Amino acid sequence: MVYFIVKRMIQSVFVMLAVAFLAFSLFRFVGDPITQMTGVETSVADQERLREELGLNDPFVSQFIRFTGDMLQGDFGYSYRTRQPVADMITERVPATLELGVVALIISLLVGVPAGVYTALKPRGIWTQTILMTTLVGVSIPTFVIGIMLIFLFGVQLGWLPTFGRGGTVQIGNWESSLFTISGWRALLLPAITLGVYQLTLTMRLVRAEMMEVMRSDYIRFAMARGVPMRKLHYKHALVNTMVPVITIIGLQFGGVIAFSIVTESVFQWPGMGLLFLESIRFVDIPVMGVYLVVIAFFFVLVNLVVDLLYVAIDPRLRLRDVE
Amino acid sequence: MLTIKDLTVKFPSRFGDFSAIEGVDMTIKPGEIHGLVGESGAGKSTVGAAVIGLLQAPGYVTKGILTLGDTDLRELTPAQAHEVRGDRISMIFQDPQTSLNPLMTIEDQLVETIQAHSDASKTAARRRAVDLLEDIGIQNASQRIKAYPHQFSGGMRQRVVIALAICTDPEVIIADEPTTALDVAVQSQVLDLIQQLAKERQIAFMLITHDIGVIAQVADRVTVMRKGRVVETGATAQVLGAPKHPYTRALMDAVPPLDRKIDRFRVPAVDDTAVMQGDTAERWLLEGQQHCLTGLTLENLTVTFAGPRTSLFRKPSPYVALEDVTLTIRPGSIMGLVGESGSGKSTLAKAITGLVTPTYGAMILGDTVLPFGASRSRHHPSRQLVQMVFQDPYSSLNPRHRIGDILTEPLWFYGFVKDPAERVSLAASMLSLVGMQPDAITKYPHQFSGGQRQRIAVARALLARPRFLICDEPTSALDVSIQAEILNLLKELQARFGLTILFISHNLAVVRQMADDTAVLLNGKIEEVNTTEAVYESPQAEYTKLLLAQTPVMPKSWRQ
Amino acid sequence: MIAFLKKFEGLWLFVHSPSAIVAAMVATLIILGAIFASWIALVNPYDLASFSLFDGLLPPVWQDGANPKYLLGTDDQGRDMISAILYGARLSLIIGLSALTIAAVIGVGLGLAAGYYGGRFDAVVMRIADVQLALPAILTALLIDGIARGILPAAIQQDLRVAVLTLAIALSLWVNFARTARATTFVQMNKEYVQAAIMMGQRPSRVMFVHILPNILGPLLVIMTVDLASAILLEATLSFLGIGLPADSPSLGTLIRIGMQFLLSGEWWILWIPTLFLIALVVSINILGDFLRDIFNPRLR
Repeated sequence: MVYFIVKRMIQSVFVMLAVAFLAFSLFRFVGDPITQMTGVETSVADQERLREELGLNDPFVSQFIRFTGDMLQGDFGYSYRTRQPVADMITERVPATLELGVVALIISLLVGVPAGVYTALKPRGIWTQTILMTTLVGVSIPTFVIGIMLIFLFGVQLGWLPTFGRGGTVQIGNWESSLFTISGWRALLLPAITLGVYQLTLTMRLVRAEMMEVMRSDYIRFAMARGVPMRKLHYKHALVNTMVPVITIIGLQFGGVIAFSIVTESVFQWPGMGLLFLESIRFVDIPVMGVYLVVIAFFFVLVNLVVDLLYVAIDPRLRLRDVE
Repeated sequence: MLTIKDLTVKFPSRFGDFSAIEGVDMTIKPGEIHGLVGESGAGKSTVGAAVIGLLQAPGYVTKGILTLGDTDLRELTPAQAHEVRGDRISMIFQDPQTSLNPLMTIEDQLVETIQAHSDASKTAARRRAVDLLEDIGIQNASQRIKAYPHQFSGGMRQRVVIALAICTDPEVIIADEPTTALDVAVQSQVLDLIQQLAKERQIAFMLITHDIGVIAQVADRVTVMRKGRVVETGATAQVLGAPKHPYTRALMDAVPPLDRKIDRFRVPAVDDTAVMQGDTAERWLLEGQQHCLTGLTLENLTVTFAGPRTSLFRKPSPYVALEDVTLTIRPGSIMGLVGESGSGKSTLAKAITGLVTPTYGAMILGDTVLPFGASRSRHHPSRQLVQMVFQDPYSSLNPRHRIGDILTEPLWFYGFVKDPAERVSLAASMLSLVGMQPDAITKYPHQFSGGQRQRIAVARALLARPRFLICDEPTSALDVSIQAEILNLLKELQARFGLTILFISHNLAVVRQMADDTAVLLNGKIEEVNTTEAVYESPQAEYTKLLLAQTPVMPKSWRQ
Repeated sequence: MIAFLKKFEGLWLFVHSPSAIVAAMVATLIILGAIFASWIALVNPYDLASFSLFDGLLPPVWQDGANPKYLLGTDDQGRDMISAILYGARLSLIIGLSALTIAAVIGVGLGLAAGYYGGRFDAVVMRIADVQLALPAILTALLIDGIARGILPAAIQQDLRVAVLTLAIALSLWVNFARTARATTFVQMNKEYVQAAIMMGQRPSRVMFVHILPNILGPLLVIMTVDLASAILLEATLSFLGIGLPADSPSLGTLIRIGMQFLLSGEWWILWIPTLFLIALVVSINILGDFLRDIFNPRLR
């Protein structure tokens, strides 16, 4: 068990290093950092001195090691565009994106899992067909269109909910949260639904497929033959066995949540990391792009480590060695 | 008492209704073990599923009587039927590896089942579960009950399955191939257990199996089925010893006996047209016998695999698949290799064919030393001289290639025949040689039955002009009657073309029919090698004696 | 016989699945429309001379003030909506299909090889796939776009938009193919027909492409259909974010972005007609993908 987790951690470190390398290459090779940092009036000699000071003439490997070391210490460099420390810019934006992502994920799980179970247990019902058709249309509508539709309906036509921004926020330490005010929740609702719909359909379809597979397995048929009560059969036997593959995929899908939050944030002008990333792309603000990359990969790796731990908690085959 | 009368089950499909079973009659008294035997497609499992009410959708019972004691099983509502399951009728499945929920402890599964059918408190249910496990032969049950299924060995797991099936004191248990996935030793223990339960607890067993030996060993009465209908039913000794129906007689003729060797199985000539011809192929094979008979010698062959890695700091402990195997296969003879699952039989075949790299030892084919595994070049002559017939005819032929492409591949690959048209005609001739219609050449593998596919696989092996043939469980996926045909074919081809054969099987009776010499393998080590006659008649190794004693057979006295 | 039945079965299921038939018809219609756009379309939306501002903002024919010449109305530039959509669909499909082809070639090649060779090679490919997974599709696409802006001179940037966009989408989709190809190859590697081929001494490339590939085509075909839908969605999303194609050569996504300006005004058709069209296209592709999945995995039926 320990070996399993350590192995996954080593893999995670590898992924992080690879992404850091990507970010570093971005910084180093896409455009010249010196010309970006200095104005036209800086003399060639000054530029050269700056280059030497920043260590840009050092060997490639030692530059990368220094870059990684700086990152580990939280020194993420300066934005080309705003001249602010990138670390500040990102930490300021993290709460908005995380709150949005987590609420969207919860929505998708709360609706997706029960819907998946229902459609698996009653594969021929009229409701199942309706749900399946609806979700098929759901995955086919681009996230931004869903956003536009929601804005149009609830924001413009009905005027019930705000269509941009975070509403009222509360400062808790460094964390600016919109989860503690009513206006914050009102502002969060539409973006979270927009972001959640796609994940919801994926979760539902996955739970359904896995559940149908499990229901066909020998141990379910044996439990059936022993007269284990249906409710227990469905939820204790089948659903729990379904969870192992489902949480894996949900972990992998978390990347998707973050990615689509770029789109959602753009549609709703949600002041999160995604919006920052979009701006930095528009202005080729390489340091911000690189750091965003690293931060996203970090969250992804973190979530997947949690998934691995859940795995171990659910599946005794990973926890306990064979006795015989 | 379980009564089945005129039971008919239909599966509607868009091509009309398909009757899986028709007019099946059967009664099972308390304490009786009733064998239900037949080849694949006979509808045995459908009978069991209909009784317990778990027919695969969309199958349904169209007519007939199904009663258990005073209860009419066909009249029950789905909820009532579910109450009856476990309580009065229970079931044992084939594979103990897959029939237990891997995420729940044995205790949870037992307690849950007991509580589903009685008002027992959790502690009472637990006590009963522990007692039951002790009864059934699981030592230290109060501790072991806390374990998960994967912490039990295969045999123990099947005991747990049986405990789950009987923990509610059912009247009837349907055992669907309960020992097919088990090794001989475990099989004999499980069969003993079933007999004991029938006697002591007066449970009626419906024992569904394809294995005549198992039926002979434990069943009181037997029903023989074929294509969904009952062919013959009666006391086991009578049905197996003096079968009345021609089908049962043919079936019994096809069962390989353990106590003697028969030269050729009596196989009813079903397909008159498929006589062995193929003169062209025969001539081609004979002219290729430049250096005639080729033997194989293995010296101290050892194969170790890296075990699963479980710790970061300790090196994974190696797993020894074959240890110090020394074996001489005489040119032109058939060497039988017997062993249970995990004994290293298939590893040996893979080592010879270069799919597995031995760690130590030598392999000498004829007069050339075979390079190990990956160091054997793709053009090494042994790749042509050594051919293999695999176990599973459903996966040994590429499903996306036509038979013609499969058969001509060795011809061009080894550069035997340059002309494509000639390749095709030779392949067609080879098909007749193995008893198939030559027009099979334009078809795909899935258009053939298991037995036909195995013939095609033999033809493919022969088209490489091999001198040494490895048959790895070539008949264990086939029905007995088909097995008899394939064994006949292999014997005939071996005699005609002087092939040397390594015949691998877990089935002692089959090896006795085929092999000149026999080697017995246990945990990667050779326990005994001798002429087949000697191994079977006066076994030296304890393990061989045990294997022979535990293989279920029909008592000699029954035979007429 | 059974082979025939199997083919027959696919056809039979198709004939009995109204949604699949409708989806196939819609998809075919759109694809044909896109292919023959230059013949069908009233005007060439890329050619400023072929339309005039005087025709701007005309509603569809069923509304008052419409010009029957423009069935679905015109945009603010006076472009015929139908023409713009057909050309847009053509561009979307070209980008989607070429990205898909690149992704399939890279992904299937790597996945097959990883499954075949296993060991180190497999580990390396899978770690690369892990990294790619940590950087999801949109992010990858945006990133490549950003890099292209950084390194390409402004003059070439416009000309290379389509290529950059295609590459970005392809790179974000290959992992799907690689993972599926690898998993299915692993299954096939244990099949005896593959072992027989390896034992004979056949070249690895022959074993992979002649023996294994035909047997894993089914699941790959499903991925292909589903990913075509994703590719089109991705292109639309990128164009919507303003990073895809410029307004003078509009794809479906660009048309929607332009339409966004009219969200609050009365000219609903400029936004909603291209949107509906995009959804119809993607829905029908997804229905076909679902249908294929059912055929290749009958247990889920």
